[in-house]
Amino acid sequence: MRRQVPLVLCFAFGIVMALTEFSPHRWSKSINEEVIDWALVIGPFALVLAIATLVQTHWARIRRRSEYWQYSFLVFIGMIVMLAFGIPFGQKNPAFTWLFRHVQVPMDATMFSLLAFFIASAAYRAFRARTLEASLLLGAAVIVMIGNVPIGDVIWNAVMPFRDNLPSDARQWILDNPNLSARRGIILGISLGVISQSIRIILGIERSYLGGVEGD
Amino acid sequence: MKGQKIFCPSPVVQGLVILVFVLGCCLNAFAQGVTPPDNVEAIDTPNDDGKSITISWDKSPDDGAGAESVTGYKVLRKFPDGEFEEVAPIPTGTTLYVDEGTERGVAYSYIVQAITEGGMTADSEATIPVKPTGEWFHSGKIWIFLAVLLYSAVVVYCIYHARSGKKLFIRRIPGLEAVDEAIGRATEMGRSIMYILGLGSVSNVATIASMNILSQVAQKTADYETPLRVPCNDPIVMNVVREMVKTAYLNEGRPDAYNEENIFFLTESQFAYAAGVDGMMVREKPAAVFLQGTFFAESLILAETGNSIGAIQIAGTDKEHQLPFFIAACDYTLIGEELFAASAYLSREPMLLGSLKGQDYGKVMIFGAIVIGVILELVGITWMTTFFQQVK
Repeated sequence: MRRQVPLVLCFAFGIVMALTEFSPHRWSKSINEEVIDWALVIGPFALVLAIATLVQTHWARIRRRSEYWQYSFLVFIGMIVMLAFGIPFGQKNPAFTWLFRHVQVPMDATMFSLLAFFIASAAYRAFRARTLEASLLLGAAVIVMIGNVPIGDVIWNAVMPFRDNLPSDARQWILDNPNLSARRGIILGISLGVISQSIRIILGIERSYLGGVEGD
Repeated sequence: MKGQKIFCPSPVVQGLVILVFVLGCCLNAFAQGVTPPDNVEAIDTPNDDGKSITISWDKSPDDGAGAESVTGYKVLRKFPDGEFEEVAPIPTGTTLYVDEGTERGVAYSYIVQAITEGGMTADSEATIPVKPTGEWFHSGKIWIFLAVLLYSAVVVYCIYHARSGKKLFIRRIPGLEAVDEAIGRATEMGRSIMYILGLGSVSNVATIASMNILSQVAQKTADYETPLRVPCNDPIVMNVVREMVKTAYLNEGRPDAYNEENIFFLTESQFAYAAGVDGMMVREKPAAVFLQGTFFAESLILAETGNSIGAIQIAGTDKEHQLPFFIAACDYTLIGEELFAASAYLSREPMLLGSLKGQDYGKVMIFGAIVIGVILELVGITWMTTFFQQVK
């Protein structure tokens, strides 16, 4: 019974929600919106559980003096400060906004900016021309990089005047043809996979998401 | 009536009357300086929820041509017993307007008014009253619907065909073959395994696929008593994952090895999540890192950090833009549908494997359509290309 009720609900809602995608009728729309609203309602309850877990985990680390337990204090300080300004005074409170703009946003930006260095190190490894595939990748990458910067065309036009703007044209050709074809192939595969996975879930063949196949 | 004399004006008088009429019409047109739009038609907008009417018309001959006096149009609407009221001003050159302010089941008629710079107007004829109604089926999506239905039928057939116990050939997927290797390595080294589900919510199919893989991984870590760490970005996902992993440990007869604290909520913020996971990777140095699910810009931040600590990494995502990053930074990457095939591949459940076969047939159908389309295009037959361009 513990397994069957979710399976029946999953089957019913799966079929109905799939059909609502093909029906513009107002009943269909309202069913779709209503079910999505239910999902949104579950979110805050789960968030309470998640925050409780966070507090529990870090409190246990402080209590046990686990390795790097001092960082757990920072979690509590951040949480308490944001709650102290956010809950009583609302999201538009100047102190809350100041904390968001001058603490969280710069930290997010810092993490994001690391991406540039990670791209450089990953590209260095990927473009080492040790195999034919890696050499092709390197060649394509060099063309795209040169084609992406205006100075690439300027230098090319000065040195090779017989064909203007070849780097940017070659870059565009690579992006529009081999690159786009490969991407579309992957997208088709993903779409087929999504439909297949959805059918398995709707028919109750795939049950791992219900907490495994206990008792089977 | 017989014998009654009928008044009949003389030809001169008749000519004068006609002349006066023609002159009157000409003077009227000159005074207005504008000809109204023609062929005004109102129809119930197809494939909507019954709250709009589409009005179309032919431009006034004076719009961009003729006297060039039209500076715009106005669409006017009226209820059955009401007066015409302005709905919207329309710029010149326009011949279509969708009135989305209607009520279902109420009949409306429309006129389109051409306007001159001096404020003079010329009204079209009123349309016949039209009631907006909602359709049950979106006829524009018929081909998508049929394609999904056909593909679903193939998958379902393959699933039930697989029940007969016939052995199915499934191609080898190196990324999934490496799952045992990664778990074994972590066990031998006495280090943990980190499983990262990405930023997707529980309604995301890639997240569900990832959770299915996690279930298989958890069964193996339960056997080997290898710590499995799962930092979560979504509270609902965290709760579902806890239940899944707990059941996996229970099924393997190792409920004692399950540690709830290893599956925890980190944050919902994208880069804070990346920072938190990176920090744990650097401090705990897991021997194996699984990156399965939906990833965005944080994909490479996570994968490069995993690479820097020497962990064996198996990645898979439904975001094709992130795949190059994973290919560059990870040991194995599940590409495209491989992510969704993983749980079937790992569990070797016949019915799940049947669905993989269905997936392959789907690919064959698409491949066939591409080949036929290319051949037809090369010989100058374009109907197939035109057909696919029209399918939305």
